[in-house]
Amino acid sequence: MSDALARLDADAAEIIGRYPRARSALLPLLHLVQAEEGYVSDDGIGFCARHLGLTEAEVSAVVSFYTMYKRCPVGEYHVGVCTNTLCAVMGGDQILASLREHLGVADDEPTGDGKVSLEHVECNAGCDYAPVVMVNWEFFDNMTPDSARALVDDLRAGKAVAPTRGAPRLATWKQAGRILAGFPDGQATGGHTAGEPTLAGLRIAREHGWTPDDGSAA
Amino acid sequence: MTSVLVPTLTARWDEPDSFTLEAYRRSGGYQALPKALGMDPDEVIQAVKDSGLRGRGGAGFPTGVKWGFIPQGDGKPHYLVVNADESEPGTCKDIPLMLATPQALVEGAVIAAYAIRANRAFIYVRGEVLHVLRRVQHAVAEAYTAGYLGENILGSGFNLDVTVHAGAGAYECGEETALLDSLEGLRGQPRLKPPFPAIAGLYACPTVVNNVESIASVPYIISRGAAEFAALGTERSKGFGIFSLTGHVTTPGQYEAPLGVTLRELLDLAGGVRAGHTLKFWTPGGSSTPIFTDEHLDVPLDFEGVGAAGSMLGTRALQIFDDTTCVVRATLRWTEFYQHESCGKCTPCREGTYWMVRVLERLDRGQGTDEDLDKLLDICDNILGRAFCAFGDGAISPVVSSIKYFRDEFIEHFKRGGCPFDPAASTAWADGGQ
Repeated sequence: MSDALARLDADAAEIIGRYPRARSALLPLLHLVQAEEGYVSDDGIGFCARHLGLTEAEVSAVVSFYTMYKRCPVGEYHVGVCTNTLCAVMGGDQILASLREHLGVADDEPTGDGKVSLEHVECNAGCDYAPVVMVNWEFFDNMTPDSARALVDDLRAGKAVAPTRGAPRLATWKQAGRILAGFPDGQATGGHTAGEPTLAGLRIAREHGWTPDDGSAA
Repeated sequence: MTSVLVPTLTARWDEPDSFTLEAYRRSGGYQALPKALGMDPDEVIQAVKDSGLRGRGGAGFPTGVKWGFIPQGDGKPHYLVVNADESEPGTCKDIPLMLATPQALVEGAVIAAYAIRANRAFIYVRGEVLHVLRRVQHAVAEAYTAGYLGENILGSGFNLDVTVHAGAGAYECGEETALLDSLEGLRGQPRLKPPFPAIAGLYACPTVVNNVESIASVPYIISRGAAEFAALGTERSKGFGIFSLTGHVTTPGQYEAPLGVTLRELLDLAGGVRAGHTLKFWTPGGSSTPIFTDEHLDVPLDFEGVGAAGSMLGTRALQIFDDTTCVVRATLRWTEFYQHESCGKCTPCREGTYWMVRVLERLDRGQGTDEDLDKLLDICDNILGRAFCAFGDGAISPVVSSIKYFRDEFIEHFKRGGCPFDPAASTAWADGGQ
């Protein structure tokens, strides 16, 4: 444990060094805590408090405000189904109902094998690919109840799963926490990211001969 | 023929390596930066003022004017904060921009920071988009290596450090003062204004908070000139913007067009509402902007045109709902969102959204009465203009506008004792789609 703590202390010092004032490091430090333990434990709150000179109550007040921080362990792959209005209408409600029945878990509760947990999420800014499902905050676009059930089955079976728009190798929940804390995993240049909706207007403009104008000097 | 679409920020999105510094430079990127660094900072501010660029994050405040509010010679550090917390329901333009061309954001940020005399900038990216975060982190690292960030940028003597900061899931952090509190390591709750961030922002120092698309538009304005930007758009809504067509439309996606384009023009290009159906209602700028109906197909989508028709341009998030969609269900779901995301700081918003959900649930189940509709509008009256930030006004937009245009549909619910619509009919896979 002391080795781990020394490593985390070094990471915390690096994070704090990015900001003019230490307290600004609280959100990334909490992401770091989740990268280590998978959730924000009491020890994790104490860790942040110690590094920032805050009370545990002050840290807890921040933790409880933000939905990405979990106070109990979630699955290795945390699945978020968008059920904000547009995705819900386009089928997000049916996808969430189907996954709840299929997995038999409550929100944020991992399956017995610890592999998958489920929650509904609010708009994730992928509306042109509705309905959208997120896994560890990567985009799985244009989902259906069938494709969503197949996705969680593959995740539980340990099969390689790639997001529609995202890194080629799906990060685990803990690995995602590390990226959120500001420690890249080297996958930035990989992955397909501009799907057809992203390019829809550009393609139509080209068909009409409306020349792309990227702002370069004429 | 006049171009309906003007791919500019979106022009290189289909290149497989568009997100790299090399690709960005290949397409003319980083030509604006040396030009800006050769200008007086006040000239840069003037150019952005002259361009007429208005904030692309929803409020539409003139970007150059905002920059001009930063006091100079005050001896305090100045900060630039990029609001990359895209979360307004229906809004999905900054995410593809940061995935495809994050260097446009970085170049714009350096120019903006130079103009306002800031040596520190922060890019606050919402946390729930992991690959976007990777791309922005990578773009900043590449820019440092190339000498576009750090000490003595391009030999100009100007220094800038940029920190990429991930949020943690809170819609309210899109509000600029809540974002600043969040960036200071606090709960993301709004501050009382004044003082505005230009006077007392991050760490109580002069701060500009700008949306991603606003900042990414700056290199174009500098390299091509304010006049060229201002030549597009309408009299008081200049330039181009990304319009996001989503929902029940044949070809959903991102459409970059001069401000003032109409939904009819965009739908014509996008193949119309999905086959076999008709337009029922839509949002011009996200869920916080009052809904429109098929009466509004020819409203010019600029700040003035949309405002005159009773809504707001917002983030140009055109969410299209066809005749299969129940407006009561849509309104309930949006209101549940506002209840979930209310930061809890002020009573009208926290309590008002809670009670609106209770009433709307009853209406959705078909157990409501006429009095419930009046009660809803009464709650809305008591939130409008009485909440701490714009969240409250946004939260009542779907309720007031849906009752205005579809009162009969609410009544139909309680006359029938339930919802007359089949939710299966509105899915993407209905009618054999997908």
